[in-house]
Amino acid sequence: MTATQAPGTGIRRPARALYAGNARAVVARGLLATRSSNLLVVVSGFFEPVFYLLSLGIGFGALVGTVATSTGQEVPYAAYIAPALLAVSAMNGAIYDSTWNAFFKLNYSKLYQGMLTTSLGPLDVALGEILLALLRGAMYAVGFMVVMQVLGLNLSWTALLALPAVLLIAFGFASLGLGITSFMKTFQQMDWISFVMLPMFLFSATFYPITVYPEPIQWLIQALPLWHGVELIRAMTTGAISGMVLVHIGYYLVMIVVGVVLTTRRLRALFLA
Amino acid sequence: MPEPVITARQLSKQYGDFTAVDGIDFDVAPGESFGLLGPNGAGKSTTMRMVGAVSTRTGGELRILGLDPDKHGPDIRSQLGVVPQQDNLDQELRVRDNLLVYGRYFGLPRGVIAERADALLEFAQLADRAKAKVDDLSGGMKRRLTIARALINEPRILLLDEPTTGLDPQARHILWDRLFRLKEQGTTLVLTTHYMDEAEQLCDRLVVVDKGRIMAEGSPAALIREYSSREVLEVRFGSDKNAEAAERLQGIGDRLEVLPDRILVYSENGEAELERITQLGLEPITSLVRRSSLEDVFLRLTGRSLIE
Ligand SMILES: Nc1ncnc2c1ncn2[C@@H]1O[C@H](COP(=O)(O)OP(=O)(O)OP(=O)(O)O)[C@@H](O)[C@H]1O
Ligand SMILES: [Mg+2]
Repeated sequence: MTATQAPGTGIRRPARALYAGNARAVVARGLLATRSSNLLVVVSGFFEPVFYLLSLGIGFGALVGTVATSTGQEVPYAAYIAPALLAVSAMNGAIYDSTWNAFFKLNYSKLYQGMLTTSLGPLDVALGEILLALLRGAMYAVGFMVVMQVLGLNLSWTALLALPAVLLIAFGFASLGLGITSFMKTFQQMDWISFVMLPMFLFSATFYPITVYPEPIQWLIQALPLWHGVELIRAMTTGAISGMVLVHIGYYLVMIVVGVVLTTRRLRALFLA
Repeated sequence: MPEPVITARQLSKQYGDFTAVDGIDFDVAPGESFGLLGPNGAGKSTTMRMVGAVSTRTGGELRILGLDPDKHGPDIRSQLGVVPQQDNLDQELRVRDNLLVYGRYFGLPRGVIAERADALLEFAQLADRAKAKVDDLSGGMKRRLTIARALINEPRILLLDEPTTGLDPQARHILWDRLFRLKEQGTTLVLTTHYMDEAEQLCDRLVVVDKGRIMAEGSPAALIREYSSREVLEVRFGSDKNAEAAERLQGIGDRLEVLPDRILVYSENGEAELERITQLGLEPITSLVRRSSLEDVFLRLTGRSLIE
């Protein structure tokens, strides 16, 4: 018998209570479960940015000609929007699992509740689920990069660096997406996520430079995550790498940490309180 | 007496202003089969969740296998098997995969899990459904799968929250038989129920809980001996005449319990009491003599029926 007093509520529990070092069991479960889900649903999210690229990039691009990037470089329109859509594709994949899927698991299927009656801790569950979402984001993005390569839209050898960059972007969205979803209780609340996602997708220097907007709007856009992703990837694929790249990377690192911490705390509050 | 595997002292759980568990004390010995019997809302599940180290107590002391669940949640959970009140099987996985994946949550090696999974499917009589979807199983099968899943880590304590609620009698008997085998193998069982027959079948010892408090404790037989008579005579006079008849029955038997639809006469000899009632010139519409059960204990302790 341990002789220590039982602590009251609010006393920090040791890290061991949070993490069993077994996030891979959660990942393995997710991979097994994906096998049984509808393949069409799984890959549909991949095609969305591809269709944008083909319609706007090629069709619209023929009218537009070239566009100046934020570093002043003139690039063909398709090569301007392709890196943005690459970032979007990483985002879409990551969001797919970490929002609607996670919402269902949190509120209806009792999956996490079951996991947390085992020796898994909330951090194992959070990391495992985020890694799965990230994996989907990475798959979408790698597929999209192949399309870009085929269409000749990777303008520099530094496009290779876009690979680790999309991982970072997918990680960020997966992590924060899950963190935010863990607070959602109703379908209406989930709609708010879509309500933010659409304008973010349209306005984050995806299809044209943000300099067309007044300054305050530009600040707002720069506060949102997708803009940082778009600029980061565009720097890689056009080869115009500047110091700003570090800012973008830093933004995502913060986003990842915030998301993981938020998710872990919420899982504990929801299922271990 | 061996060191208890569970010790609770003044264990409490508060949700805001509401006290769901109100200072309960109990010990569970290794290999024992211990029950919490009580009506809806008594605090059974809340207690089970605290014992299962997934709910933090708000007062009192709790030790599971000698460990404090506040500090050693994962260590404790790794040695428990949990069958929650509502099945939470993984709907996206097939029957056998449910066992394999659950085993991995405990960090067990794949080989070990595969071996155990097959043995457990046999045990749960689900070997022929190994590849079925969880949704396609019957309620009883789901329950058995949940129990099999709870055994994948060879737990020292198995927690069962209303294992047979909602099952038909045949499915319940199959389940009881499986649980009985576990008990024989020396697994410590802690179960909640609001069926007295279940408590009588499975529990060596139980506590009767109501409104978050323990009303009585003992073996089913001892509780019946202490709180009820050997036999019970149930008489019905029709609901409009019930109260009037009750007046005239005063003094008959050791004790009377007047329910809306019938009167229970507690006595060592039910037939003799029935004789006396007819001698009084009262004509019950129906009468029945039966042995006392835990239901009567509960009625005595709380003045209410177990199943409302
Ligand atoms: N998370 C919660 N928040 C607030 N109140 C709760 C919560 N969980 C349980 N309660 C309340 O605590 C009381 C005891 O609930 P509990 O589920 O432990 O009862 P029970 O004995 O298992 O009942 P049943 O036989 O219906 O399963 C109930 O009044 C319930 O409403
Ligand atoms: Mg309950």
